[in-house]
Amino acid sequence: MSPPIGPVEDSDDPAPDLDARGLKCPLPVIRLARLARDLPAGTTLHVLADDPAAESDIPAWTRMRGHTVTLERRGGHTAYAVVLG
Amino acid sequence: MLDATRSPLHPAARDTLLAALDAGWADPRRLHREARQARHLLDRARESIATSIGARPDEVSFHPSGAHALRVGVAGLRHPRRRTAERLVTSAVDRAVLLHEAHEADPASVPLPVDRLARISPETLGMALATGPTALVALQHANGEVGTVQPVAALHDVCREASVPLLLDGTASLGRIATPGSWDALVGDAATVAGPPVGVLAVRTGARFDLPGPRWEPEHGREVEDPWVPLVLAAAEAWQQALHAQAAEEASALTLTERIRAAAAAVPDVEVVGDPDDRLPHVVTFSALYVDGESIVDALDQRGVAVASGSACTSSRLEPSHVLAAMGALTHGNVRVTLPLEAVRPERADDVERLCRELPAVVADLRARLGVGDL
Repeated sequence: MSPPIGPVEDSDDPAPDLDARGLKCPLPVIRLARLARDLPAGTTLHVLADDPAAESDIPAWTRMRGHTVTLERRGGHTAYAVVLG
Repeated sequence: MLDATRSPLHPAARDTLLAALDAGWADPRRLHREARQARHLLDRARESIATSIGARPDEVSFHPSGAHALRVGVAGLRHPRRRTAERLVTSAVDRAVLLHEAHEADPASVPLPVDRLARISPETLGMALATGPTALVALQHANGEVGTVQPVAALHDVCREASVPLLLDGTASLGRIATPGSWDALVGDAATVAGPPVGVLAVRTGARFDLPGPRWEPEHGREVEDPWVPLVLAAAEAWQQALHAQAAEEASALTLTERIRAAAAAVPDVEVVGDPDDRLPHVVTFSALYVDGESIVDALDQRGVAVASGSACTSSRLEPSHVLAAMGALTHGNVRVTLPLEAVRPERADDVERLCRELPAVVADLRARLGVGDL
């Protein structure tokens, strides 16, 4: 069960909503959850992370919270587009 | 103690080992009296283990560990088919040793995907075999990290349909649940039944088996050296004890792991992982959202509960468990319980109670420290 991997919209966006590169699990998910807490459904959040565990944990968190995610591997890190449910 | 992938020896296996230090120390290849006795004991151990796993003595060989037995099995089954195919098919939740062998055989190969319960689907296997010639399929009987038991009879049918041999990895299951008959080669590990770590490989008579390289004599030509007889005797004793106690042990372990599953699921944002029904009786795994694996293992250890974890940054690994990742499960905050046999740890029910009692406070405490209570 892997999340869909494909081009993330606005993949060249110079300013992600959350740059979690350098953070280890579970910090990327915690920062993302904090950011998402007060935002309305339908909001898209762009996240960058390079912790290998985040590739499992961000999709698992979105599943548990009823959000959706697409991810794109970009060499040294992964870009996530999270749509809040 | 709830982390029994390695456990203290079964008391009977320990007694056997100590007695065998005097009675079975000799080189079974020599011709003097002590050596003949060691040979006799080794033969008896082979018969006993063969009976325990539903094989014939001349099909069974002993290896230094379960992982070694898997490597020998893969090499010996692939080699005679090398003119037909190179490819080794395994799944994303199989042991790392099999994933590495599959990658070595074909770096472009992708392991079979699994569903959210870590189940391998016979249809997926059939589709993979249809894409090109395959030398060998190597799959687990059950997953030792999350407990899921695979549909091995259906998987073996798919292999037979495609005329590809199936190597079944029973290193997590053999001796804990009934041994399946659906295999061309089968691997087990005596450590799973509180024996010493001794790998066992059974290859069905009629299956083509041939190792590359020079001919060896020991273990039907499958090993470079004879096993140390006392170790094999202790392994045989552990297996026999496990077989004898299996029905009662399985029922009691299932009740205890069911208790853990319920207690974990009752904690907010804790996901219990793996097949809830078709599972190993002694394995249970769950993950706590926002908690890191090392902290939860440490906190439980301080309260007298020893558990393992598939999270990254535990057991000095940087990558999380490939099994949890393949299932799409949460990899952080992971706790893995492998129940020891009751014969090894008579107070295991108390250990389980302690885990269930301490878990809610441990998780709440760690979350409070991280300030994630409102997320």
